[in-house]
Amino acid sequence: MACYTANWDPLGEEAFYRKFELYSMAWNLKEDLRDCLVAAAPYGGPIALLKNNFRKEKSPASRPLLEIYSASGVPLASVLWKSGQVVQLGWTASEDLLCIQEDGTVLIYNLFCEFKRHFSMGNEVLQNHVREAKVFHTEYGTGVAILTGAHRFSLTTNIDDLKLRRMPEVPGLQKLPSCWAVLSQDRVTIILLAVGQDLYLLDNTSCSVVTPPGISPHAGAYVQMAVSFNYYYLALFTDTGSIWMGTSSLKEKLGEFSCDFRAPPRQMVWCTRPRSKQRAVVVAWDRRLLVAGNSKECIQFVLDEDSYLVPELDGVRIFSRTTHEFLHEIPEASEEIFKIASMAPGALLLEAQREYEKQSQKADEYLREIKDQNLLAEAVRQCIEAAGYEHEPETQKSLLRAASFGKCFLDKFPPESFVRTCRDLRVLNAIRDYQIGIPLTFAQYKQLTIEVLLDRLVLRRLYPLAIKICEYLRLSEFQGVSRILAHWACYKVQQKDKSDEEVAHAINQKLGDTPGISYSEIAARAYDCGRTELAIKLLEYEPRSGEQVPLLLKMKKSQLALNKAIESGDTDLVYTVVLHLKNELNRGTFFMTLQKQPVALSLYRQFCKHQELETLKDLYNQDDDHQELGNFHVHSSYSSEKRIEGRVAALQNAVDEYYKAKNEFAAKATEDQIKLLRMQRRLQDELDKPYVDYSLHDTVYGLILDGNHKRAEQLYRDFRIPDKRFWWLKISALAEREDWEEMEKFSKSKKSPIGYLPFVEICMKHHNRHEAKKYAARVTPEQRVKAHILMRELDQAADAAIEHKNENEMNLVLSKCTAATDSSVVEKINRAKAQILKK
Amino acid sequence: MAFAGRRDAPDGPDFTVLKRLARDQLIYLLEQLPGKKDLFIEADLMSPLDRIANVSILKQHEVDKLYKVENKPIVSTSDQLCFLVRPRIKNMKYVADIVNADKAMGRSRKYKIIFSPQKFYTCELVLEEEGIYGDVTCDEWAFYLLPLDDDLLSMELPEFFRDYFLEGDQRWISTVARALQLLNSLFGPFANTYGIGRCAKMVYEVWRELVEESEGDSQARRPDISHVFLMDRDVDYVTALCSQVVYEGLVDDTFRIKCGNVDFGPDVTSSDRSFKVLLNAQDKVFSEIRNEHFSNVFGFLSQKARNLQTQYDRRCGMDIKQMKNFVSQELKGLKQEHRLLSLHIGACESIMKKKTKQDFQELLKTEHSLLEGFDIRESTSYIEEHIDRQVSPSESLRLMCLLSVTENGLIPKDYRSLKTQYLQSYGPEHLLTFHNLKRIGLLTEQAPGETLTAMESKVSKLVTDRAAGKLTDAFNSLARKSNFRGISKKLGLIPHVDGEYNLKLPRDMAYVFSGAYVPLSCKIIEQVLERKGWLGLEEVVRLLNGNEFAPTEPLMEENPAWEAQRVILVVFLGGCTFSEISALRFLGKEKGYKFIFLTTAITSSARLMDAMLEAKV
Repeated sequence: MACYTANWDPLGEEAFYRKFELYSMAWNLKEDLRDCLVAAAPYGGPIALLKNNFRKEKSPASRPLLEIYSASGVPLASVLWKSGQVVQLGWTASEDLLCIQEDGTVLIYNLFCEFKRHFSMGNEVLQNHVREAKVFHTEYGTGVAILTGAHRFSLTTNIDDLKLRRMPEVPGLQKLPSCWAVLSQDRVTIILLAVGQDLYLLDNTSCSVVTPPGISPHAGAYVQMAVSFNYYYLALFTDTGSIWMGTSSLKEKLGEFSCDFRAPPRQMVWCTRPRSKQRAVVVAWDRRLLVAGNSKECIQFVLDEDSYLVPELDGVRIFSRTTHEFLHEIPEASEEIFKIASMAPGALLLEAQREYEKQSQKADEYLREIKDQNLLAEAVRQCIEAAGYEHEPETQKSLLRAASFGKCFLDKFPPESFVRTCRDLRVLNAIRDYQIGIPLTFAQYKQLTIEVLLDRLVLRRLYPLAIKICEYLRLSEFQGVSRILAHWACYKVQQKDKSDEEVAHAINQKLGDTPGISYSEIAARAYDCGRTELAIKLLEYEPRSGEQVPLLLKMKKSQLALNKAIESGDTDLVYTVVLHLKNELNRGTFFMTLQKQPVALSLYRQFCKHQELETLKDLYNQDDDHQELGNFHVHSSYSSEKRIEGRVAALQNAVDEYYKAKNEFAAKATEDQIKLLRMQRRLQDELDKPYVDYSLHDTVYGLILDGNHKRAEQLYRDFRIPDKRFWWLKISALAEREDWEEMEKFSKSKKSPIGYLPFVEICMKHHNRHEAKKYAARVTPEQRVKAHILMRELDQAADAAIEHKNENEMNLVLSKCTAATDSSVVEKINRAKAQILKK
Repeated sequence: MAFAGRRDAPDGPDFTVLKRLARDQLIYLLEQLPGKKDLFIEADLMSPLDRIANVSILKQHEVDKLYKVENKPIVSTSDQLCFLVRPRIKNMKYVADIVNADKAMGRSRKYKIIFSPQKFYTCELVLEEEGIYGDVTCDEWAFYLLPLDDDLLSMELPEFFRDYFLEGDQRWISTVARALQLLNSLFGPFANTYGIGRCAKMVYEVWRELVEESEGDSQARRPDISHVFLMDRDVDYVTALCSQVVYEGLVDDTFRIKCGNVDFGPDVTSSDRSFKVLLNAQDKVFSEIRNEHFSNVFGFLSQKARNLQTQYDRRCGMDIKQMKNFVSQELKGLKQEHRLLSLHIGACESIMKKKTKQDFQELLKTEHSLLEGFDIRESTSYIEEHIDRQVSPSESLRLMCLLSVTENGLIPKDYRSLKTQYLQSYGPEHLLTFHNLKRIGLLTEQAPGETLTAMESKVSKLVTDRAAGKLTDAFNSLARKSNFRGISKKLGLIPHVDGEYNLKLPRDMAYVFSGAYVPLSCKIIEQVLERKGWLGLEEVVRLLNGNEFAPTEPLMEENPAWEAQRVILVVFLGGCTFSEISALRFLGKEKGYKFIFLTTAITSSARLMDAMLEAKV
């Protein structure tokens, strides 16, 4: 390990930089990078190349070719470019490729070169053409800034919520600026541009001239500028070879560096990291790379071939045709441990562990030295942290081993950081693998979060790896595995070479009933791909019917939707489908469909009852439901029709329907009602009293009450009122009239069909004991007891009961006795009962 | 089942949380419409609302004036109108009329409709058709359950019965399922669910889906309620059709208890005022007599009166200090008790007066004969006379239905003549009532030539011939038949007692019907709980037209120490009567269960009959 620091280069007193290889590129690139339009996504993202873009002749053989590679140069996809002239490529935060055309159209592709959508940057851009463009990322999302042929800037800060902004004019600008950059300060996006020796700041409304603090008046014209990853810092390169470094607010100067080269660099980017000791700029010319900071010295590398710089959160990636390297400032923990002759606790611990492995007693010495300073915990912490910064698994392991060794001698070292680092490193090593090709550093990974990383794996269709990671990190199913499976399934349905059965089966086998999986979403995707049958099959796996219905409707599978809605037991859903059907089908078919579905039919009827009465009738008609039609007419004869004629007509309709329904009873009853209505109408006219809407009973009762016995008799005959009823009715009415004479006459008209007890009862009800007595005498012997009771003659009732020797009757009398007043009766009966018992 | 002696029934869970939840949500909804507003409340919701949030709470949340939703123009001058309604189409039209009238006058106000307990798609549709969908905002007040008493939860949805059983409208199913899920999340998880009836099954299935959707939030909790029993009203119409003779049932039959309140009129209060009395377990006097057979109530009340007098009388021998204590501590309670006592005595007198006038005993005798299946001819004539004399339309109808349900339909001759008589007595519009009754199976005609015995022999043949193992055509013809006689025999619903049935010390649930009949619904519940399922009840289930269900595997081991094991939620779909509640309370005391009742509404024979009428506008 003596050579560990071999690739370290000091910059000034404080910081070291190192450059090491991430991958040797798998692509067999024939072209030079300078001949291609290049875009590489940050956070170890994919690389897009547009070849042949700059050729002027457009023969079919030399059409531009768009290719996308992983960071390790593994080809992901390619497509022949058939659209317009591309000015700039760029990646969005969600790893979609933006292709900005000369005419201001921006085409969006996913990382498999599949076209997603496009949008335009506006008319002004269309007319004046795009001369330069930049893609930038802010807290609002991914933005695009355009410099047009008319030397005007247009930009949008979020391409997913497109709001175009045209920046104000720069006064006196006659040619393209020599360089420009997008800045984001306090949530405002502004543009900094350089024209010769002047710097302009463009915000929403105004254009102002600015001067960087502390810049030498002889610095010369600006030819290149660079903004740091986090927008905090700005670097300016002038044609005198001077580099000014400061804050992007232009309030503070960080340093200045003069280099020997005056040629405008190909690229200039910041190389910093969180908690940097030294903020440095990396400048690239064709064959030369220079790292400059706030120091007289600089680091220089020779570039063997065209290289492309990708600024990252904590360093710079540099790739060329053959290699992909990472250049960064050595983090503090690593520096402490690995610096030559370092006596930092971490370095000692690493040494101790090595000696321990060699079974040397020096291990104890080193350990003692740390422990004496009471720095063992610090040492362990350093080793854990440094392990995170290492790319080589071997180095990671030796650092972690040292940490683990040190931990043994500590009582209460919390294990979380160690465990977490081990886990995270396993994940990182897995995705850094050249097949996967995502060279994330520890710091980038923490910034990106595991959720986003999983999304990116899903985007690359690396489902098994994503699932493995979820399982390994024990993420909740909902967040992890099932989400990924759902993505997988959505991708799976697009595989057109497999049959519907195969796909549906494969999906169900993988997904089963994993919680959080929505089969309807997958089915919707299948439908979007034009695979209706597959969508239906997938919906079968959806356990919640409520989720199935909307998609089925969308797919015009209304019958199936209706079945599912009914199955769900959710009537709102049924109504949704029914009313959908109502609009979709003609009336006849609609009704036929309903007839087959009683549940839906009842619901629709309920709705019609309140809202569309006529439709209700049509429904019954369609079904030849004469019974219901009859009821419908009867109902309307009471509710909607007011005139007698209208009511009679409605009832007549009802009669016809009832006959058709073979319901003779209802037909006859309705006919009777028509007859009665007409009769009541006549009575009402003749007698000037309200009779309409009374029942037959009440009508007759009313007639008798008014003394119209003749008419009452007529109704009695016409409507064949049973004798019993008529007698009850008549004597009640007469009693109410207190027409005792007529009652007596009536009682003698013929033998009473209801006996004479009712007479007694009714007289007593009207408190006429005298009249009651007359009828009591005519009551049959069996009813005599009751008659006496009714007349409250308990003594006689008792006598009669005793005479009948009927125990039930005796008990009945007893139950009417009260102890206080009827003691003699009680005694009498009890005696009689005792006598019966004796026998 | 080995009930080692009588165990004390556990205490039920505390349902006041339901009220609190409902109140908080209502307040939240009212605050969604900031500023002063007038509140229009649907008549049906007034009493339930009163139990949740009184006027002062509403005022606190800037409700200015309160109006009842009724069919006449409104007079409100407020700029914000809030409607608290059931999800009914007619209410939507009511709101639409108001909004459209305002529009015509060029007046702009804010309108908000709060649906209780939930919004239906049809409501929104009507709002859309009336062209005011964009003018109103809609909200749902998830007020599913009103605790009427310690053990009684009501959904206050009387229309459930007609909607589901008559019209075949299933829209309340999900509402019930949600109510069940609410209880499940608060007092569950329910381990064992039993049930019978088509509706019960559907509710169960929809509820299970809700549970699965919300899985994972309350797994390890120990439940307060572990068993649930769901039952459709149409499983047992007989019980609901009988005259009630337990005090609470009688009070309901006589005065109609509304939302736990009863209005005692001047004849009860023996003054010129009427009193609104809240009847629940908090009423000391009532709680002791509510479940008693009426014949015991008077005796109990007079005993109580004497006790009260003695307590009052203690005053005489007191010194000043004792007197001070008495006045400050006991007197108020005594006075309160005194007031309640006199009210209940008044109610009893009033009931006696009414019930003796129509010869209540005679009526009960007829009912008992119908239940036992004796002297059918005599009972039929009694009913005929009842109709002829226009005693009461709903009573007459009830008796006809009871006859039909117990006899598996009327013989054709009676079916026609009784209907004719009825139409003559109470008006021809009842033709529609009869149609409804036939459809729901309450008043039907026996198929010609198919007498009861023939039917029974067919049934018993089917039952014994189980080897066939499938439902034959004969069975399909049994659909909607009540088969009461067969069921009664199988379950022993008619107790055979020698001598008088001791109503003071009842021995079974039959006491709620004077010892003449054990309510079928309650008997089924008893049997299923005892057997932990439907095993051995196959014949009964078939006679009840099936649709039974039980947990496929016992989800919970019997653990006698676990109180919740014996707390059982009984869900009546389509309503339950106070008699059934009394009967199950009695069963609970006997067997050490605590029954909790959840009903779509409290029902009674009169309410069932009313539900069958076609509204005459």
